[in-house]
Amino acid sequence: MRYEAIVIGVSSGGMNALKFIFSTLPADFSIPIIIVQHMSARSDNEWIKLLNEKSNLTVKQADEKEKIACPTEQLFGRETGNIYIAPANYHLLIEKDKTFSLTIDEHVNFARPSIDVLFESAADAYKNKLIGVILTGSNNDGAKGIKRIKEYGGLAIIQDPETAESPTMPASAIAVIKPDYILSLEKIIELLIKIDTNQSR
Amino acid sequence: MEISLLLEAIYQKYGYDFRQYSKAHINRRIRNRMALARLEDVSQIQTKILNDETFAYELLQDLSITVTEMFRDQYFYGSLRENVIPVLKTYPFIKIWHAGCATGQEAYSMAIILQEEGLYDRTTIYATDFNQHALNRAKEGIFSNAIIKEYTINYQLSGGKKSFSDYYTSNYDNVIMNQSLKRNIVWANHNLVTDSVFDEVHMILCRNVLIYFDSNLQNKVQKLFYDSLINGGILCLGSKEGLPFTDFFEKYMELDKTQRIFKKKY
Repeated sequence: MRYEAIVIGVSSGGMNALKFIFSTLPADFSIPIIIVQHMSARSDNEWIKLLNEKSNLTVKQADEKEKIACPTEQLFGRETGNIYIAPANYHLLIEKDKTFSLTIDEHVNFARPSIDVLFESAADAYKNKLIGVILTGSNNDGAKGIKRIKEYGGLAIIQDPETAESPTMPASAIAVIKPDYILSLEKIIELLIKIDTNQSR
Repeated sequence: MEISLLLEAIYQKYGYDFRQYSKAHINRRIRNRMALARLEDVSQIQTKILNDETFAYELLQDLSITVTEMFRDQYFYGSLRENVIPVLKTYPFIKIWHAGCATGQEAYSMAIILQEEGLYDRTTIYATDFNQHALNRAKEGIFSNAIIKEYTINYQLSGGKKSFSDYYTSNYDNVIMNQSLKRNIVWANHNLVTDSVFDEVHMILCRNVLIYFDSNLQNKVQKLFYDSLINGGILCLGSKEGLPFTDFFEKYMELDKTQRIFKKKY
């Protein structure tokens, strides 16, 4: 099984978690990562640039109609892995042709961008070739989305609530599905690197 | 596949064309409506839409996004004052087309800026949408007190010159926008997908509408805008929308790249 994308949902406590992820993932990590981090509607998205400076990979805001890097194409050296982040005050969705759509629909779970909106559309697009990750957060956004990922046969990884800065969001996800893994952030990164290395061979 | 048949049916029966909208968005909205109506599959919703006009009307409201704010994106409105107003000041009369105005918040924002800049008396704003329900609400110009608090912050951050409360009258839980703002706004029903050129105008604002369209439809609407603008006319898009994916990138210069404000080349 080859995984083609990883979606990550993270809320309060997310900045530290994301800093850790980006500084730990190696430059040759090939699976594209798409992230919703709950953020104030008036954020100027400068924090994305700051995180990019701390990362071995390219971290950028997801643009409307942008094509997501495809791991199989990387084998031919055409594209590099990327980390895409939903812009503040927009929902981020993934189309079947693996491009991004943005919307300004109503808030979902009091959030825009909403993790559920990203995860559900990503599951429709990638089916079982998707990894969903729920990290620290103090609401229940993402629970419906991770359920959809499991329904398609994708992989669900949840941060161990006991190790999360805010345990509510991972705990809400665990309440609705049986995750494939419940791990600390360090172990989640180890696992993702292992999956990527194995399927890159 | 089933969804595309459903959209075809809506178009044939009601004339509303969602066939070239972004699929992920349409799927999401239809799934939500199906869940609310306890419908199991797309063929059930198709039958219901063709036979139940009230239900079809509800779905049309779902598919037409009317979420909007006054002075959404403070930096855009700041740039409007700084970079666009000086251009507009050179015209003896000004026609502005606000395409996809929904419930009117951005048209009122524009009217406020023009009034503060002394241009409103010689301006006509054509504010159009295909959603008649939203247009009717826009025309009323009634907004809740709670939401006006948010708009007030947006207005101040965007460089507003007065007290925002000068622009409306409070009445219990709501406010109503001043008649002096409404006076030069013409509200009209126009569908970007199926209707043609509206009028020749000096400026077009169409913000966070094109994000719902696929690339083909974006191109088609950009042609409509290009044909409607005078030479040197201004095009304002949403802060995450752009021209690079359309055929019109070369035909405009950038007045403000970050805020997606363009000027049609002569």
